[in-house]
Amino acid sequence: MSTSVSAAPPPAPPDPSPPAESRPPAAPRSGRARAWATRAPLLPALIFLIAVTQLPFVATLFISLFDWNSLNPDARSFAGLSNYGSVFTDADLRDSVFTTMLLTATVVIASVVLGLLLALLLDRKFMGRGFVRTLLITPFLLVPVSAALLWKHVLYNPEYGLLNGGWAWFTGLFGVEDPSQPDWISDMPLLAVEASLVWQWTPFMMLILLAGLQSRPLDMMEAARLDGANAWQMFAFLTLPHLRRYLELGVLLGSIYIVQNFDAVFTITAGGLGTANLPYTIYQTFYQAHEYGLASAAGVVVVIGTIVIATFALRVVSSLFSEEARRA
Amino acid sequence: MSTLSAPKTAGAPGKASTPAQHQDKYGPAARRAKRRSTALGLLAWVIGIVFCFPALWMLLTSLHSESDAATNPPSLTAPLTFDNFSAFFGAEGGASPWPPLINSVTASVFSTLFVLVLALPAAYALSIKPVRKWTDVMFFFLSTKMLPVVAGLLPVYLFAKNVGMLDNIWLLVILYTSMNLPIAVWMMQSFLADVPVSIIEAAQVDGARVPTVLMRVVAPVAAPGIAATALICFIFSWNELLFARVLTGVTAQTAPVFLTGFVTSQGLFLAQLCAASVVVSLPVLAAGFAAQDKLVQGLSLGAVK
Repeated sequence: MSTSVSAAPPPAPPDPSPPAESRPPAAPRSGRARAWATRAPLLPALIFLIAVTQLPFVATLFISLFDWNSLNPDARSFAGLSNYGSVFTDADLRDSVFTTMLLTATVVIASVVLGLLLALLLDRKFMGRGFVRTLLITPFLLVPVSAALLWKHVLYNPEYGLLNGGWAWFTGLFGVEDPSQPDWISDMPLLAVEASLVWQWTPFMMLILLAGLQSRPLDMMEAARLDGANAWQMFAFLTLPHLRRYLELGVLLGSIYIVQNFDAVFTITAGGLGTANLPYTIYQTFYQAHEYGLASAAGVVVVIGTIVIATFALRVVSSLFSEEARRA
Repeated sequence: MSTLSAPKTAGAPGKASTPAQHQDKYGPAARRAKRRSTALGLLAWVIGIVFCFPALWMLLTSLHSESDAATNPPSLTAPLTFDNFSAFFGAEGGASPWPPLINSVTASVFSTLFVLVLALPAAYALSIKPVRKWTDVMFFFLSTKMLPVVAGLLPVYLFAKNVGMLDNIWLLVILYTSMNLPIAVWMMQSFLADVPVSIIEAAQVDGARVPTVLMRVVAPVAAPGIAATALICFIFSWNELLFARVLTGVTAQTAPVFLTGFVTSQGLFLAQLCAASVVVSLPVLAAGFAAQDKLVQGLSLGAVK
């Protein structure tokens, strides 16, 4: 999902493509014509993307400097940086910053760990492996809103949700008449949102890590085995270091997507009970409270936060990418 | 549900201390390894089923009557019925699901087509005849993908309101195109890089210009990759909620927005909700299973092959 711009230019990646530059320069005039001919196919995409994603962000930056409530349009006035002050002092917004960090960290860590275990399991050959992989991917392929509704109504519902229903059935086997039936969403709202997101994102992590596992150099594994390394040693000293890049990639991409999560928070708790994250809060500030200036300032703060993550992400991707280019 | 032993599988962690294939094939160590392998395969099956269970349960609930769906403890054996699906499409008392579904199809299909039209030449320029500083261009594309949608939402909303494009599905088409374009460029760049340069040069020697080369030479060779890219763009557009929620209302409402409204407007009908969720998820499930192998590459922006 994109609407905005990286304000910072991407960290200059080590250019893995010297051929383009090291070609002997052609005669100036035809060279320039040829350069334009090679660039031309790029332009439509580039221009479109700049127009649709960069301009709105510039507008957001601009609006963030105004005190502007759309319910009271005449009172619009230049406010300088005071909206930014409000972002950091407003208790709700501050809480949502904290919630966003907690939600993102929990979901990413849990889904990476689970994804790693599942990837290791699926890396083995066994009958029906393809089918099991398909089963495991399914949560990720449900439309996020469907998945959120599924968790909210079908699993968490205190009256007839599957969690309580399954528990009642289980305790019923032992003759317990009246088992405890918690109201999951109001008892543990943030955990409820997190669980549904972990369920959805574990397959993503599994897929990336499985790709990593399958790209391990087999000869090196074989050599280590012949040298008498046991399975744990091979995992700790060969597999894990090899997977490092893939783990980083999973963590960073996961963070970028989950920081932006709107669907689960909106659907499961509607931001209530301390689960409002920044995207939801911004949505509310602008869509329900009509505080345009404040919402924009909060948006800019999210962007700055994401740039920090994205800078690392780009570095990781670029290292994978340059490795790819070297191999080619 | 049986499993096969896999003594050759490299290095899955466990406690095996001896590599099976260097032992006597029928020795005790080999048998132990085989048993463990069978057990791990079985474990994978169990976890797979448990993991998928909520989704399977949703499917099952959608096939139960409303009263059977809302029992505690849950009932596995209640009679199956397609009533919920016919009620959903027949829209008893509620809004018809067809306009939102058609809107979602419009937004997803057209934005995917536009993405392909814009991304294919760009990817071609970046992979086959690298322009100078091509990695910088690639990273620019990627950087637009990494920043939160929510920060650009308000200006887009104000713009749409002023030019009268609120609640217009073509606004979503444009936004979804920009949302998916960077991923598509990245994915296709990696697919087009696999097209042999020699056949492109041969076509150029024969006097073909860029559009001809793209359509006649590059596209057919890279077809599987292009198809996977298209499916992933389709999935992202179909799933999108935030833009659709803010920028559409009645006429341009998409299926995910319809789903969120479905619950509040009709009270809670569990079985019907499940039927609706199944219907809305089906296109994505189909596309996702079809693109399974390329899914990772797409989602990790082409960085993982």
